Amino acid sequence: MSEDIDITKLETPELLELIQDDLYDGLADEVVASVNELLARDMTPYDLLNNGLVAGMEIVGNDFRDGILFVPEVLMAAKSMKAGMRILRPLLIETGAPQTGTLVIGTVKGDIHDIGKNLVAMMMEGAGFTVINLGINTDVDAFLEAIGEHKPDIVGMSAMLTTTMPYMAVVIEALEEQGLRDQLLVLVGGAPLNDAFAEEIRADAYCRDAAVGVETAKKLMAIKRGQPN
Amino acid sequence: MPTIQALLNRGDYIVTDGAMGTVLFASGLEQGDPPELWNINYPDRVAAVHQAYLEAGAQVLLTNTFGGNRYRLALHNAQDRVEQANQTAAVILRKAVDQSKKEVIVAGDMGPSGEVLTPYGELAFQDAKDGFAEQAAALIAGGVDLIWIETMSDLEEVRAAVEGTREISDEIPIVTTMTFDTHGRTMMGVTPEQAFETLISFNVAALGGNCGNGPEEIIEVITKMTSLDQDTPLVAKANAGIPELVQGKAVYRASPATMADYAVKSYQAGARIIGACCGSTPEHITAISGALAKLT
Repeated sequence: MSEDIDITKLETPELLELIQDDLYDGLADEVVASVNELLARDMTPYDLLNNGLVAGMEIVGNDFRDGILFVPEVLMAAKSMKAGMRILRPLLIETGAPQTGTLVIGTVKGDIHDIGKNLVAMMMEGAGFTVINLGINTDVDAFLEAIGEHKPDIVGMSAMLTTTMPYMAVVIEALEEQGLRDQLLVLVGGAPLNDAFAEEIRADAYCRDAAVGVETAKKLMAIKRGQPN
Repeated sequence: MPTIQALLNRGDYIVTDGAMGTVLFASGLEQGDPPELWNINYPDRVAAVHQAYLEAGAQVLLTNTFGGNRYRLALHNAQDRVEQANQTAAVILRKAVDQSKKEVIVAGDMGPSGEVLTPYGELAFQDAKDGFAEQAAALIAGGVDLIWIETMSDLEEVRAAVEGTREISDEIPIVTTMTFDTHGRTMMGVTPEQAFETLISFNVAALGGNCGNGPEEIIEVITKMTSLDQDTPLVAKANAGIPELVQGKAVYRASPATMADYAVKSYQAGARIIGACCGSTPEHITAISGALAKLT
């Protein structure tokens, strides 16, 4: 629908809103065109990220949480967001824009399910986080190696199986042994998990779905950095 | 060979088996290991589970092949064992059923690919279809009476599985159930009504819901499908509740009595093919058989 719109004639606030609508509708080419147009108008990559892509993905995330959108729509929105991010990421680095945070995420050892975990990774990227996705069947060494290399703020672990979720405790114990636990937020998720389990294994939080994961990450990051939410 | 319709004409309802994977964990399957390879490595243990469900009164039994497609097996580097794992599974179940001399349907179980189909994900429709055709061919060669497609969330993937099966056989009956575990819909947003309409158009022998967040959820699905008023039998195969972690081990809390109660409610809601899914055991199926027998 937005292909009928001449974006050069839109005011900047309208164009930011259009980006949000196009993200919602999963229109990657349109998102890219609007991002380029706003960059040409000298909007900073940081403002464009937050007021365009992040704001748009937040709406997508809320509607996913509320059962208005489902996985197909979220995946199309995330693909569009990634298309916009491909342009913005190098510019964000170049301009030294403030970092939202870094997430290392993986499905734990023995578990090969990655649809939900990938959704979380995409939504976290959509919220402005730098995401290192370790994939499926991630053992404690792979987590530790990635943590050493990328110095994340958050470690995310996913499990779909009741038989693999206890492995999350193994990873957390290793973080404790290495003296890394206190400087990291550990978020866990997956179909068979719940709050009590997260508490039992000393994770910081259980996140029911990708949208809750983003909300929780933002909230805990603000607390960690001593900022009012 | 008994058909679903023949069994229903005689008994008004059909009891299916319960979980395979979570029962195999009790006999030593390690976390993360694919149960399908046990058909090759420990056929006796798989047969023992079938045997227990036969004794519990199940009239439809599923082969131990839920994750037996090439995409799932590839995650264990076993993509070249699709034929062997599936055909062997069918032979194991066929033998158990024949020896029991009971009138029982041997169903070849096919679960999802584990991938998301294009355009949302990366798996092309044709590739999905080829994968399911390969699995169906092995199951049919091993002697199954029907193909049972379950735990699906995407109607296009169901279509790939149905068309893949039809490439191998024009006649074999197909049953399809989806998992409505996300705000009353499947993960991919399919409502029970949409599922019903599309699955009917695939000429399935039966359809319904399986797995998910326990019994209540499936009763709601069955109620919605029943209201659409069709003759196709409805399937309810719920998990034994939502697992809880007790001292590091997952426990499914729903007792045999709870599942018997669910079976009766499913029947009253309109389901005619009733069993259970993850976390259930032969004891649950015995309780379900007993409770349903009292109804008629």
